[in-house]
Amino acid sequence: MLSPVYQPVYRPKSITARPQTQAQRLEELIGNTPLLDLSHTAVAHGLSPRVALFAKAEWFNPGGSVKDRAALNIIRTAEKDGSLHPGMTLIDSTSGNTGIAYAMLGAARGYRVKLVVPQNISPERLAILRAYGAELIFTDPLDGSDGALEEARRLAAADPTLFYARQYDNPANWRAHYLTTANEIWQQTDGTITHFVAGMGTSGTFMGTMRRLKELNPAILGHAVQPDSPFNGLEGLKHMPTAIKPGIYDESLADDVRTVRTEDAYKMARFLARHEGVFVGISAAAAVWAATAVGQKLEAGTIVTILPDSGLKYLSERFWSE
Amino acid sequence: MATIRIPTPLRPYTGNNGQVTVNGGTVGSALADLTDQYPDLRPHLFEGDTLRSFVNVYLNQEDVRHLQGPQTAVAADDTLMIIPSIAGG
Repeated sequence: MLSPVYQPVYRPKSITARPQTQAQRLEELIGNTPLLDLSHTAVAHGLSPRVALFAKAEWFNPGGSVKDRAALNIIRTAEKDGSLHPGMTLIDSTSGNTGIAYAMLGAARGYRVKLVVPQNISPERLAILRAYGAELIFTDPLDGSDGALEEARRLAAADPTLFYARQYDNPANWRAHYLTTANEIWQQTDGTITHFVAGMGTSGTFMGTMRRLKELNPAILGHAVQPDSPFNGLEGLKHMPTAIKPGIYDESLADDVRTVRTEDAYKMARFLARHEGVFVGISAAAAVWAATAVGQKLEAGTIVTILPDSGLKYLSERFWSE
Repeated sequence: MATIRIPTPLRPYTGNNGQVTVNGGTVGSALADLTDQYPDLRPHLFEGDTLRSFVNVYLNQEDVRHLQGPQTAVAADDTLMIIPSIAGG
């Protein structure tokens, strides 16, 4: 039997109107992430059957992390108030994920992106940032992310033509979560959430989400997560007592602060991958570890946590094979 | 005597010293001397006698895990660095 002949579809040479399609712009894919049910994790860590454990899978954002939300709102807010316009260069310091989000959105919207990062940034993040065409400025690894932050401040002050995005101090960061993440959680849990658990890097996710959740139901408790020590392996999280405090950080929004030991987060990352099929990054694993600790004290409730990114950017870490 | 450069987050445990001079012919003995001088550092770097898995030690820009680990030889003019992970967003 002869194979069917391919019949090309001839289109008119000039199309005056755009066709009606389901195609979307990149930034329309940011937010509305799935809420995962982590019931295997809840059972295995001794939570009561009346305690539900859910988590927002933020790697479903097109840039692969929760930071797409903050970066988009920072850029949109600056475009609206006139501080960012075409042809300008955006500058900020980053540990990686916010930088990836800026680089992606900058490429899509026509901005150059200049990022200040500690020189020990992971090879995976470095490769992604370079793929998006971001310009990178490296700072002394011994000075950590605070060293990168100070250098970004210095460079921005020296060149007024730059748009300094200031993720640690910019209210548009937390407002992204006030406007999107919190409302998504409220809808996805049908208003049953009782406890919110999230790690703090810039603190934007925790601040914005908690502010809105408290408005929706003042009884919801917020548990902020941070490393147990200023020297830790929980990339993306900040040890607030010793780091430069973000301007947007308001400690009164946390009903409770949970500290996590790096080794416990590593163990949880392996557990989630091997027993839940959920392959997440280290800060996500730390948040789930803290969420199970919160859940162990409850008789009933609905806990929601945030999984900032997947494990893909941490594949070079040794702990996967330990 | 080799030099160990201390990252900012650990300086509260070294009397705010950014670098410390240590005795020892290997990475392991140099780190042991460091934590003898500043015992409050020890729980941040070691789990029992083993270096915690996230602690990265570099000898003249090279990760000692890619050399001979704690047995890597250290000369008097060498510089060791303890590298922190990257915090924030």
